[in-house]
Amino acid sequence: MDLNALWFVLIVVLFTGFFVLEGFDYGVGMLLIGRKEYDRSMMIRSIGPVWDGNEVWMITAGGAMFAAFPHVYATMFSTFYMALFLMLLGLIFRGVAFELRGKYPSKDWRLGWDCAIMFGSLIPALLWGVAVTNLLQGLKINAYMHYIGNFGDLLSPYTIIGGLAFVFVFIFHGAAFLMLKLGDEGMLLELKRSSIKFGVIAAILYVLMVGMTIVSTDIMSGGLTIIPFAAGALAFLGAIGAMYKGQSMQAFALTTAAIALTVVQFFAALFPRLMVSSLNPEWSLTIYNAASTPHTLAIMTGAAVVFVPIVLCYQAWTYRLFKARVMPSDLKH
Amino acid sequence: MEALLLSRWQFAITTVYHFLFVPVTLGLSIFTALLETWYVNCGSYEGRIKLKKLVKFFGTLFLINFTMGVVTGIVQEFHFGMNWSEYARFMGDIFGAPLALEALTAFFLESTFLGIWIFGWDKLSEAKHCACIWLVAFGSNLSAFWILVANSFMQHPVGYSIEGGRAVMSDFIELVTNPYVCGEYAHALFAGLSTGGFIAIAVCAWKILNDEQSRESFISVMKLATVYTMIGLLGVLGSGHFHAQRLNDLNPMKLASFEALWHTEDPAPFAVVADINRADRKNDFEITVPYMFTIMVHNSFSGEVRGINDLQAEAVKKYGSGNYIPDVKGMFWSFRTMIGVGGLMMLVAFLTFMLVNFTKIMNHKCWLRLLPFLAPLPFIANSVGWYIVEAGRQPWIVVGLQKTAQAVSPNLTAGEVWLSMIGFTVVYLLLAMLALFAAISFIRRTHVTEKEG
Repeated sequence: MDLNALWFVLIVVLFTGFFVLEGFDYGVGMLLIGRKEYDRSMMIRSIGPVWDGNEVWMITAGGAMFAAFPHVYATMFSTFYMALFLMLLGLIFRGVAFELRGKYPSKDWRLGWDCAIMFGSLIPALLWGVAVTNLLQGLKINAYMHYIGNFGDLLSPYTIIGGLAFVFVFIFHGAAFLMLKLGDEGMLLELKRSSIKFGVIAAILYVLMVGMTIVSTDIMSGGLTIIPFAAGALAFLGAIGAMYKGQSMQAFALTTAAIALTVVQFFAALFPRLMVSSLNPEWSLTIYNAASTPHTLAIMTGAAVVFVPIVLCYQAWTYRLFKARVMPSDLKH
Repeated sequence: MEALLLSRWQFAITTVYHFLFVPVTLGLSIFTALLETWYVNCGSYEGRIKLKKLVKFFGTLFLINFTMGVVTGIVQEFHFGMNWSEYARFMGDIFGAPLALEALTAFFLESTFLGIWIFGWDKLSEAKHCACIWLVAFGSNLSAFWILVANSFMQHPVGYSIEGGRAVMSDFIELVTNPYVCGEYAHALFAGLSTGGFIAIAVCAWKILNDEQSRESFISVMKLATVYTMIGLLGVLGSGHFHAQRLNDLNPMKLASFEALWHTEDPAPFAVVADINRADRKNDFEITVPYMFTIMVHNSFSGEVRGINDLQAEAVKKYGSGNYIPDVKGMFWSFRTMIGVGGLMMLVAFLTFMLVNFTKIMNHKCWLRLLPFLAPLPFIANSVGWYIVEAGRQPWIVVGLQKTAQAVSPNLTAGEVWLSMIGFTVVYLLLAMLALFAAISFIRRTHVTEKEG
């Protein structure tokens, strides 16, 4: 395997980490809707120590793409200009909200910031789904790697279904995380009931998205297996079953597996491309024509080999440190 | 064309806004870590209660600021691809590496350990908890280092070659040890210390004056903060001086521009004030101190400092016709503002240091009343300082390699950039007000006493 392929794998790892970890943060954020203040505080407290570290997975994925595949970074970020602008506004409000909601003693103040967390989780989740399905479907990229379409071209029934699927999968994933983290029996009972509804909606959207992916993209043309999709779908159904039976650990493990398998399938379908041109297959951005030089890739490989394991160690340690369920008494902090 | 101009404005607005918070993060993270180290090593029971409350007090102010820095920082990282895609293509082989390393080595570290620090008071031993805030401070400073490695390349490219129409990295060590990095990094770090310290002084002044039960606690912090600020300011002065001397070799156009020196002179005078005429490329009026510029650059009474017009002629010979002169007027006055404000901060910090250590500070209520209103000073100095850095390399985005005009994303429309620029500006103003409101209300209602609870 050459360095270009290795960096493709690393990008997949970073995006998998991002969607799995930040996925439940977004899910918890979206689940705040319509809940009373005590519930919202408990839910936010459950991701309090980790959400910021989780968000760094996305920033690192972006940075890694810049370093390893600068043309992909350039084309992708300028193509999704308006979408990223909206996503940034969401992420800005969300990040500030986590910090400021508890800094002023007022119910309205907290409600306002909790709405910011909700929208700030919904918008990125939706837009990531739209973006990923667009990447699979192909974009109007010309011979100079420039996007020549507009924002409207990014929206189609397929990509909107993709966005909605991401939203509901993350909601269910977040609910599974909360089932592990909350220490309030009443909340757990209520959450179990409502999350199964979300799980079923998510499963329907997921299957729709997979079906439309098979129809709308060239995913099948390369003789590629769709076993990861099938396994992902099964894992997701298993998660709903586990949730129904009250096996929280299994439910969370299975939603994690479903998300990871789906991300892997998406990237496997793209390989060796990273951005598909719908105008001419030759104009697609691949791990070769969009890459940095072997020299830069080698240096970055050295850095990744040393630092990724270190990061994984201390993040794992954080989750261990805060593995206890969140109790009402924790809200005093 | 319009998308280019708007993208430049958007980048300027978001960078300056981001850089309001960055120096506070650098300075207050270390300040909070010092307070917690003091707490961990304090022997007296009452002292420990007081110090723990102080750590949480300044830690909370740090957190509010840190979050603003983080969310505005993400915008910066995305901008390079969103608005400056041709820059990302041309420079990605070099510029991407420090950005990825920043995320990998610094962002993960600071965000993860900050989470532990906030929620881990009861879960970790005191020493381990204190280590967490030191790791956050280390991560923040490491992050500043990487981004300034990237920025230094734009000011003074090293360790590269041009292959296949783009810049490629030929020597990573040279990139990291770019002589430009030392100056920029030291200057930014010390500016951070003085900013964090100065904010602490302003907060202490308000608390000493208005919060009787917390008075004693904040008098002791004020003693620390004044020393901390003065160390920072001396460092800013020293690093600024040495960096400016290096500019004579590394980026002479920038040096000549912020001193408005149009003609090469030996010895060169220092212009205190000047009426700059950019069209005719001269100063219509100026008050100068003879020899002074040469002394500052060369540490001696003789030595040549090259002027803007000669550097422009050299640039035309080297790069072809064009205007290679940056915004001389803006840089000239920015530089004087920076020096003036820095000097004023030194005066304020020193006077406060004397008053709080050798007199009864409550006898100087007027001074205490004034200090909170001086809190904007470091932000003014930081903003104009950053303006000098970035305006000084125009019209280049990377000096000598790529012009700003060639770097903009070709697919952007003016409408899109208008929308995003207005969006960011409005949101940034709104959040600044809310964060300031939260910080001020927190300062007002939080008491720091030696009693428990």
